[in-house]
Amino acid sequence: MEQIPILKVGRCLLVSIQIDMHDKLAMALQDDLTQKLVETRARGVLIDISALDLVDSFIGRMLSNIAAMARVLDAQTVVVGMRPQVAITLVELGLTLTGIQTALDVDRGLALINRLIDAEGEDGAGGAH
Amino acid sequence: MVQVERTSTLEVRTPEDVVKVRQEVRKRTAAVGFSLVDQTKFVTAASEIARNTIDHGGGGRAHIETIVLTGKRGVRLVFEDQGPGIADIKLAMQDGYSTGGGLGMGMPGSKRLSNEFYVESSPGKGTKVTLVRWKSS
Repeated sequence: MEQIPILKVGRCLLVSIQIDMHDKLAMALQDDLTQKLVETRARGVLIDISALDLVDSFIGRMLSNIAAMARVLDAQTVVVGMRPQVAITLVELGLTLTGIQTALDVDRGLALINRLIDAEGEDGAGGAH
Repeated sequence: MVQVERTSTLEVRTPEDVVKVRQEVRKRTAAVGFSLVDQTKFVTAASEIARNTIDHGGGGRAHIETIVLTGKRGVRLVFEDQGPGIADIKLAMQDGYSTGGGLGMGMPGSKRLSNEFYVESSPGKGTKVTLVRWKSS
């Protein structure tokens, strides 16, 4: 069965979407990530979409859902590598990607996640206030 | 009079079919010479309407045409289903209106991503959505 691999790197889960996902696969990724967050107690999720040549409302909603679920599980989500033409299209489509932080590339995304985690405190006390 | 240079027809019944529609629209718009931004806009519009065809229309067909009008070239997409139809097209075209639990961006967003956008539907008679995008000169 098709599956998008999820890697644990330090305090983070790293996902790189390399294929044109159909909706069921996007839903499966959402579920897998939530599961992995619980299992690994990761504090951050980094999603690399540099290989995606399209983000439509379904994929956009999936990204927002992942960020919302991660938030509830005390983790930060950063989406990196959005192509310029995808960003232009998203805005015209009317999607705002609520609750999602973005960075230009994986390096900057990891740095951002680490800053966000550190700002909250290592023990996850951020969820308490 | 619009001339049709090439047509392909794809079934739109499963999530995998939506991906096939996206790939075919990408190929066609690239062949006509759309810029990368314009390709992406139209492929995204196609993806939204193809999903509607499945979620609201119970599946149907997509006709993907390369068209010419007075020297201008473009791509026309026609999505047809035999589903329940749209009771209030005006309402369906409003940002944020959804009956399917989605974001309500599909129809109005796809219209913004197209140069021409037509919806023909009545309750019980299915739905036909036509999208056209011309190559910008």
